[in-house]
Amino acid sequence: MATRDAYGKALVELGRVNPNVLVLDADLSKSTKTNLFAKEFPGRFIECGIAEANMVGIAGGLAAAGKIPFVSSFACFLMNKAFDQLRIAVAYPKWNVKVVTTHGGISIGEDGPSQQSVEDYALACALPGFVVTSPADETSTRALVLRAAEHVGPVYMRTGRPRVPIIYPDKNELFEFGRAKRLLDGGDVTLIGCGVTVAECLKAAEALAQSGIRARVLDMHTLKPVDREAVAAAARDTGAIVCVEEHLLDGGLGSQVARAAAELAPVPMEFVGIIDTYAESGTPDELLEKYGLTAPHIVRAAERVLRRKK
Amino acid sequence: MIELKRTANRIRQDVVRMIGEAGSGHPGGSLSAADIVTALYFNEMRHDPARPDWPDRDRFILSKGHAVPVLYSAFMEAGYLSRDLLPTLRKLGSPLQGHPDRRTVPALEASTGSLGNGLSIGLGYALAARLDNRDYRVYVMMGDGENQEGQVWEAAMWAGYQKIDNIVAIVDYNKQQLDNWVAKILDLEPLQAKWAAFNWHTIVIDGHDMSQILAALRQARETKGKPTCIIANTVKGKGVSFMENNVEFHGIAPTPEQVKQAISELEREAANLG
Repeated sequence: MATRDAYGKALVELGRVNPNVLVLDADLSKSTKTNLFAKEFPGRFIECGIAEANMVGIAGGLAAAGKIPFVSSFACFLMNKAFDQLRIAVAYPKWNVKVVTTHGGISIGEDGPSQQSVEDYALACALPGFVVTSPADETSTRALVLRAAEHVGPVYMRTGRPRVPIIYPDKNELFEFGRAKRLLDGGDVTLIGCGVTVAECLKAAEALAQSGIRARVLDMHTLKPVDREAVAAAARDTGAIVCVEEHLLDGGLGSQVARAAAELAPVPMEFVGIIDTYAESGTPDELLEKYGLTAPHIVRAAERVLRRKK
Repeated sequence: MIELKRTANRIRQDVVRMIGEAGSGHPGGSLSAADIVTALYFNEMRHDPARPDWPDRDRFILSKGHAVPVLYSAFMEAGYLSRDLLPTLRKLGSPLQGHPDRRTVPALEASTGSLGNGLSIGLGYALAARLDNRDYRVYVMMGDGENQEGQVWEAAMWAGYQKIDNIVAIVDYNKQQLDNWVAKILDLEPLQAKWAAFNWHTIVIDGHDMSQILAALRQARETKGKPTCIIANTVKGKGVSFMENNVEFHGIAPTPEQVKQAISELEREAANLG
């Protein structure tokens, strides 16, 4: 299941238990999957039309009046078009708005760069007071959506378009903002991913194991606040870190992890992500491969960082 | 009526003193808005200074946030803020931030200052009232130049389509913006026709004529099935001769001598009111 589908289902679940939850969309509800909520709760679904700035402003006012609005659109449109409104009508007054985007990253595929969000982590992390999350699978998406509704304050969540493998088979696995999940333990190097790159990190760890390298794998589902303890422990225990994200290397997961590592326990690090460019049309798999985000690229980064570790 | 005019006069005096003391700020657009803000807080709106978080209060959003001294003055007059704060505007640690900041002044319904945001936020409040079956009303004051922002028209289109009739947009049409006359920067005309085309009920008034202001607000309240836009023709710097229609006073504070002169003019006006 894609994380956007998990988001749509989680919203319905939330809507059934919390009458204060409202959902706003900008004419993309069939794609963002908020149409599931709209179908069950038409009176609490607010269609804003293709006007993201106004949508975020409305959400701010609703939150100020005690509602819990979830606003959704593609990551690129919501974060880029409505950034001023996220600042003025959400972050600055600390209003309780949940910003959940879909179609994050380049793995949306064929629609091409105008629809591919490669800046949203950086933008969201730059908003004071925002919790920034990027779940890897359906279990964690559901859990973090429910958690977002309980949390008082702004939350950003990126979900994706393509189907992703299940990372957490236990549907009741617990997730807390700012608490990374250790999916695999190892003492040689730590691979840290979020969103779709978590599955690639696991594949890379398997490949590394073939050559006797034992990798720890962390799902850093919360980029902000980043799990500083988990980063420091990874640095101390494994002495080398590779960060992997479906995002520009500027201002995303790598930046958050690197700052924590630099402050607490500096070790050699490598960064796997999109390097200062927009991508192109193609299938999701082709794009992830071409732009260097798949397991073989992570393996090479791990090998580089291990050489530096000596 | 006469009491409202006296109140507006005191608010104007405080605006001038406050900005003079601060040494920076936006007197022109604060003075042009003074009569409307007075009419709202001292006649039209349901509110209680003892309970700024009263769920059923009417909401006012100053989307043209740079005019916030007029709102701080009204808050002092109404009792939301202590008058002792007057000399602290724009100073480090003061709740009276240079633009509205609801973290420091809870009576502010929104933090504004980036133009274009207020109407959308107001629509959020207005929609919440509808969802909760509350009868409070929402007033959003915008600058004329602010109507150049695209977000204003996103909000206008949505409100008109959704028939949000518990919101009133008020355009403080003082004809000047920072760089020049509005008509020389990016003309808004025909402004009334634009709002009407977005399915708003429109009323054009003299924004310094208290009876016209009150009548327009009453008409807005009685208008059902449509949001109302009041286009208030105003004079930038209204009430202070050397500030009126003087674009220099968009964003420049008066000197201590100019403050004295302005206050004496306003005191004369107050005396004439009887």
